[in-house]
Amino acid sequence: MPVLLDQILIQTINGIVTGMILALVASGLTLIFGIMDVVNFAHGELFMLGAYVGVTTVVATGSFWLALLVATVVIALLGAVIQITTLRPLLGRDPLTTILATFGLSLVLQNYALWQFGPVARKIPEPISGHFPLFYLDYPWYRLVIAGLSAAIIGALWLFLKYGTYGIWIRATTQDRVMASAMGIPVPWVHTAVFAIGAGMAAASGVLFGPLVGVNHAMGLDWVLKAFIVVVVGGMGNLGGSIAAAIFVSLLEAYASLWVSPAQAVIVSFVVLILTLLFRPTGLFVPTPK
Amino acid sequence: MTLAADAPTMSRQSPVAFWAGFGIVLALLIVAPLVLPEFWRRFVTEILIWGLLAMSSDLLIGYTGMVSFGHSAFFGLGMYGAAAALLSVRPPSLWLALAYGLVAAAAVAVFVAYFSTRLRDIYFSITTLIFSQIFYVIIFTWTEVTGGENGLSFRRPALAVPGLFSIPFDSNTLHWFVLLVVTVSYLVLRRITQSPFGMVLQSIRENEPRTRAVGYAVERYKIVAVMLSGLFAGLAGVLYALQNRFAAPDYVFFVVSGEVVIFNVMGGIGTLVGPIVGAAFFLLLREGFSRFFTEFYLIPVGLIFTAMVIFMPQGLLGFLRRRLNA
Repeated sequence: MPVLLDQILIQTINGIVTGMILALVASGLTLIFGIMDVVNFAHGELFMLGAYVGVTTVVATGSFWLALLVATVVIALLGAVIQITTLRPLLGRDPLTTILATFGLSLVLQNYALWQFGPVARKIPEPISGHFPLFYLDYPWYRLVIAGLSAAIIGALWLFLKYGTYGIWIRATTQDRVMASAMGIPVPWVHTAVFAIGAGMAAASGVLFGPLVGVNHAMGLDWVLKAFIVVVVGGMGNLGGSIAAAIFVSLLEAYASLWVSPAQAVIVSFVVLILTLLFRPTGLFVPTPK
Repeated sequence: MTLAADAPTMSRQSPVAFWAGFGIVLALLIVAPLVLPEFWRRFVTEILIWGLLAMSSDLLIGYTGMVSFGHSAFFGLGMYGAAAALLSVRPPSLWLALAYGLVAAAAVAVFVAYFSTRLRDIYFSITTLIFSQIFYVIIFTWTEVTGGENGLSFRRPALAVPGLFSIPFDSNTLHWFVLLVVTVSYLVLRRITQSPFGMVLQSIRENEPRTRAVGYAVERYKIVAVMLSGLFAGLAGVLYALQNRFAAPDYVFFVVSGEVVIFNVMGGIGTLVGPIVGAAFFLLLREGFSRFFTEFYLIPVGLIFTAMVIFMPQGLLGFLRRRLNA
């Protein structure tokens, strides 16, 4: 099948849309890693549970935007609980123990979702149903709205980190935990808040992504792997790098799926990750360390 | 002074206690299939196989300080290698299944080891995880060769030495065969960890820059460690394929790797025996909880595991570490 220019353009748009959702998931993950050296294996599960809370709220109230808000808040609270009960006792131990603990939690959360919501995929109706013509397709407006919303949320996070008082606390804790503590910043609570923010962002992306494909209990696995790839390719703990990497990886996968099935296109991002780790382990989208 | 005074007594007494314990456990495992009902007989065999897989990963986690999240790749390739031998060669031969499985696992291990050992800590973990996913995707989507989602099923070969004897496997002989392989593997792995090579691995675990400074080619040692570990994991895969008469992509999926790490942490890393005990503990928990929680047994098991990571980082046998390595 010869690939046409319009197909490439459509895949470019698809790639950017998926990339923006992925960036939203990954920025939470990278924030958590950058600030507390926690590799959060349960991040995909927070994404998935967010989508389920979204489904439940949409069914109960009929409002998608309310669902987005409720899911973000509920999962942020869950994230805070997880951080306080599980990760706080592990502070100062090898980062590998956080992988183990969050892996255990991801098993719990995933099976809880299976138990609570069953194996059948649920669907969130699209809040905006309009289409516009794009070559031979009717492209849904909603996809562009997702990309815009994700960008808005990430932008808000960036502004918060840059100018907000608590954002400055967070950045201070990243730079020097002990010094921040000496300056009177409640470091343990900063950690809890950061984990809650990351969890909330994962939940928001879960709800936004819900209408595109079904919501099921195993969707977190794919996303956590992709988010890991993005975080490493972008440079661990680097927000801007993660966003660039998310779009880069999603575009590559979108183009690759012109030729192979989407299941095989995943390999492209695996290869990008391995090449990055081998040749530029600090990340593709960060300035060369001096 | 007290430490120096203790040390000789430890090394004089512990080996006797250790080999006595080893003999008792081995004797119990030999007798087990004769007294246990069919279900538990199979269960014990399965523990041994998962225990071998966990033990292979302990060589990396416990002795070299590298947490592999990709052992499912070696295990799965062992399974598919055995399947290839049993499906393509007539008459099916047990030894050929072993050879194919080990070659497949070793080939993958060389590849993974070469790339992943350049990285440390979580980066090593993530790289091994991604590699195992690559193999998972290949196996899952290459339906013509691997059977895709359905996997491959085959008949069990006979336990035969050409020209000497040939007996079909029943659950007893299979158990003894698995026990023999696992016991020999344990002794070999134990010997490896106590050899000068094993000492270098442990020194990498304790202080990698210093080991390099002393003059050891750390990367080469790590590559060999990953390959050895992959080889034993592949062996476990062959045994599992023999026991269950199928190879399926589910066993290449990274969740299996995660379970292997769970076995290690539950049992106690750096002990070789601990991971087997961890596998037994995990499978017993799964068995026990699936009576009440059916397929949702991972909810309580995951909670127990997480609690153990926080409160019991040494695992069940961690307190015995010195004696088990005596």
